[in-house]
Amino acid sequence: MAKSSVSTTNACKLCRPLGACLAFRGIEGSMVLLHGSQGCSTYMRRYISGHFREPVDIASSALSETQAVYGGAANLKQGIRNVVAKYAPAVLGVATTCLTETIGDNIGMIIAELLEEEPELREIEIIPVSTPSYSGSHMDGFRDSCIAILERLAVPREKTGAINLFPGFISAADIRHLKEIMEDFKTPGIILPDISQTLDGVIDGGYRRIPPGGTSMPAIARTARSACSIEFNVVSPASQSAAALLESRHDIPGERLPIPIGIRNCDLFFQTLAKVTLQPVPARYKEERGRLLDAMVDAHKYLFGKKAVVYGDADFVLALTSFLIDVGVSPVVCATGDGNREFISRISQTAAVAGIQPLILKDTDFDEISERARETGSELLIGSSKGNHIARRLGIPLLRVGYPIHDRIGGQRLLHIGYRGTMNLLDQLTNMLIAREQDELGYGYSYM
Amino acid sequence: MTTHKIETKTYRVRRNREEEEMARVEPNHMGIDIISGREGHICRKADDVKPGITGNPQRAKRAAITRGIDDASISCDTDSVAGAVSQRACVFCGARVVINPIADALHLIHGPIGCSAYTWDIRGSLSSGTELHRLSFSTDLRERDVIFGGEQKLEAALLELIARHEPQGAFVYSTCIVGIIGDDLKAVCARVAEATGIPVIPVQSEGFRGNKNAGYKAACEALFKLIGRDREGEPVPLSINILGDFNLAGEIWIIRDYLRRMGIGVVANISGDSRVADVARAHTASLNVVQCSGSMTHLAKMMQAEYGIPFIRVSWLGTEDMSRSLIQIASFFENPSIKARTEELIGEELAAVEPKLEFYRRRLAGKKAAVYVGGAFKAISLIKSFRAIGMTVAVVGSQTGKQHDYEEIRREADPGTVIIDDANPLELAQLIDTLEIDIFVGGVKERPVAYKLGVAFCDHNHERKKPLEGFTGMLNFAQEVHSSIASPVWLWIPRGEAAGRDTAWSKAAREEAAREEGTREVRHG
Repeated sequence: MAKSSVSTTNACKLCRPLGACLAFRGIEGSMVLLHGSQGCSTYMRRYISGHFREPVDIASSALSETQAVYGGAANLKQGIRNVVAKYAPAVLGVATTCLTETIGDNIGMIIAELLEEEPELREIEIIPVSTPSYSGSHMDGFRDSCIAILERLAVPREKTGAINLFPGFISAADIRHLKEIMEDFKTPGIILPDISQTLDGVIDGGYRRIPPGGTSMPAIARTARSACSIEFNVVSPASQSAAALLESRHDIPGERLPIPIGIRNCDLFFQTLAKVTLQPVPARYKEERGRLLDAMVDAHKYLFGKKAVVYGDADFVLALTSFLIDVGVSPVVCATGDGNREFISRISQTAAVAGIQPLILKDTDFDEISERARETGSELLIGSSKGNHIARRLGIPLLRVGYPIHDRIGGQRLLHIGYRGTMNLLDQLTNMLIAREQDELGYGYSYM
Repeated sequence: MTTHKIETKTYRVRRNREEEEMARVEPNHMGIDIISGREGHICRKADDVKPGITGNPQRAKRAAITRGIDDASISCDTDSVAGAVSQRACVFCGARVVINPIADALHLIHGPIGCSAYTWDIRGSLSSGTELHRLSFSTDLRERDVIFGGEQKLEAALLELIARHEPQGAFVYSTCIVGIIGDDLKAVCARVAEATGIPVIPVQSEGFRGNKNAGYKAACEALFKLIGRDREGEPVPLSINILGDFNLAGEIWIIRDYLRRMGIGVVANISGDSRVADVARAHTASLNVVQCSGSMTHLAKMMQAEYGIPFIRVSWLGTEDMSRSLIQIASFFENPSIKARTEELIGEELAAVEPKLEFYRRRLAGKKAAVYVGGAFKAISLIKSFRAIGMTVAVVGSQTGKQHDYEEIRREADPGTVIIDDANPLELAQLIDTLEIDIFVGGVKERPVAYKLGVAFCDHNHERKKPLEGFTGMLNFAQEVHSSIASPVWLWIPRGEAAGRDTAWSKAAREEAAREEGTREVRHG
């Protein structure tokens, strides 16, 4: 169901250009410039940096009143020149904002003009993305940017045996785990975008204008030659699917899977990998799976029938719902600030396995999630740190996962995916409930 | 772009460009690499240290940076340079942070969702009662609203939210897009005020209409519309309004306790722990005390013109400014009893914190700080606060300072101090590095930059959880600084060239210093 209010209270989504900033951050040697007023880039830097605790430089064309009236072309050109002079990026993403979309700046044309004026800028891949903040969410901006990057940089030639992995927006630790899995399957994998280093860097005493890491341009070029693509995205339309793009343009078969969280989704992912790599599932993962099953059995009584509220980005909520169903928790409210009909039908199907009919909220806000959580007598929340207010108000615990986590450290290092990530979530979830029960019992039981 | 060659070539080009870039960087007057068009925004106060003492690389390095221009003017209060990663926000942000702490008002953002999402509960402005200000309301404009106009949606949203939350007043913030599609905010607000009987005030805060200063001005204009609405209000003797304190970590409660002990009443806090009714009768106070001068001087001036209320600029930060501010307030009232009580209070408070500060002084003496904050007045207090714990400030800057603010900074700063307006991470990182800063004071966005450089950080921003105002605040400040500088983690983090790093700027600065050795010629530009 969609929310009943005209207004939005405590948004459960972020705006479209923020997604562009995140996606470009996963490209090697890249930088983003937002074409709009100064505030947008500052807010997004703070919002991203607050979760990852990394420097996040996002440039702005810093439009003021005159440009808002007469057009921002000169500022955009100057902005690009300055960014190139000081950051020397290999790839420069230029994303619009609500302001420049509304005044009707054609950024593609402005960039083309600039390249005419200064041909040496052609050495840099300047990639425009349209991200009007008044439509869709940050996940639309994220996916549209991936599409724009592939459209520009994927170059077909003779086929390789590599696998493309389009993970969507998951944690830096998740991406590192994916790399490890590909290595164990003895198959080259191309992960796009790859934020594992760029948003979870090391300290070596230096401030890097552009941090090392990210998917390299040659690797992006090779995506059009891979044996197949796997994408963790089942909710978006084909126009926003990287796998669908490569399939239609370059005949690369694509598999769109749910994010591998929970044993059911993980099995699907590992079976798919085995199928496309023609490799057996490595022994290590069979063992991890066995250990996860063992942990699920150990935990089952603490979890059974507990009523949970899950919220966040559509694909992430879908995966978490599946995980909860696997372990016997009852997701009674599944909510996203964005979402579409596909989201609703996927959640229904997933929950139907356990005979549960959760309340499914799309295009919702935290005010409504809070109300529904209260009405359904929910006992726990799973999602970003923005559920903190609901947890306090209702006196129920919150398991912080996904993005953003602004009130704890280590959000970028949270492992959610694979058997190992699922085990991590399972332990945290179970211990959160055990700790609560221990507190509530008051006796101070030494064995729980 | 169809062949493998092209793609590797492009890649190689980038590597070469980077190398060229490193080689090409020309040191300017500050010995650091500055974004083109920003040269005038950095200067330094002259010192008598002779630059380039031979054989002492540390001194040589220092010479390179202290050989700058030293005229009285700095470029400031201008639009940020396009392409620079300015630390500033926008007009909307300025207005939002200033008005938002009014706890029993509805704060509705008319615009697309981002403006509301990024400012939800953004600063910990504590309230002693209702917390309506902690919810982030938005009209969440969509494509069709942008095409057909958002007035209807705004009106419906206001009516809905006012019915739901029964606020004492409402502020409606306009955002970039509203300025473009031309929604008539004033008309909608007037209609809703009429229908609901509460003040509904438009805030003209379209993001692109200037920088944060313009946002402060928009906030002042909006607040001014609320002041004086309580027509019954009689002038209150021995009372003040506190302007520009946002009650972060409960700071305003500390200040109000001091004022109570002095025998002075407070009519309105604007806007920390504030209520609509307090603001509406703010015209009944005898004096306006402006703590954050950058944001609230405009309001104080308007109130002076309209209601004849004089104002003074104060600062609650650091024992020196705190004491002086209380004495300033006391002397305004020319009341011997207040004067005596104030002196007694200052004596007691100083006696309580001074011995404890001594502990930190011993541990922090000689350390160097860099300060980059929003407002210039705060920067000045920080220079004094660091001095009070035996430290020096080698870099000081602000996002929104004006010419006269920078003149004050220059007066207060030690010789050799680098002064910077509207900085960006690129320039800040170089200054921190080249001047061998021990601790950086700044906003949340700058924190990871300092950390990557292996430099301590002081959270003197609106995310603070411990009060930094007042006498106890000074002690908390010293603790905050000490807790970062004294941490053993820095022992593990290599710094500067020890990190095996030969950055463009430090190389350039060193070469420059070497060339200049033995000469005292000042280079211009």
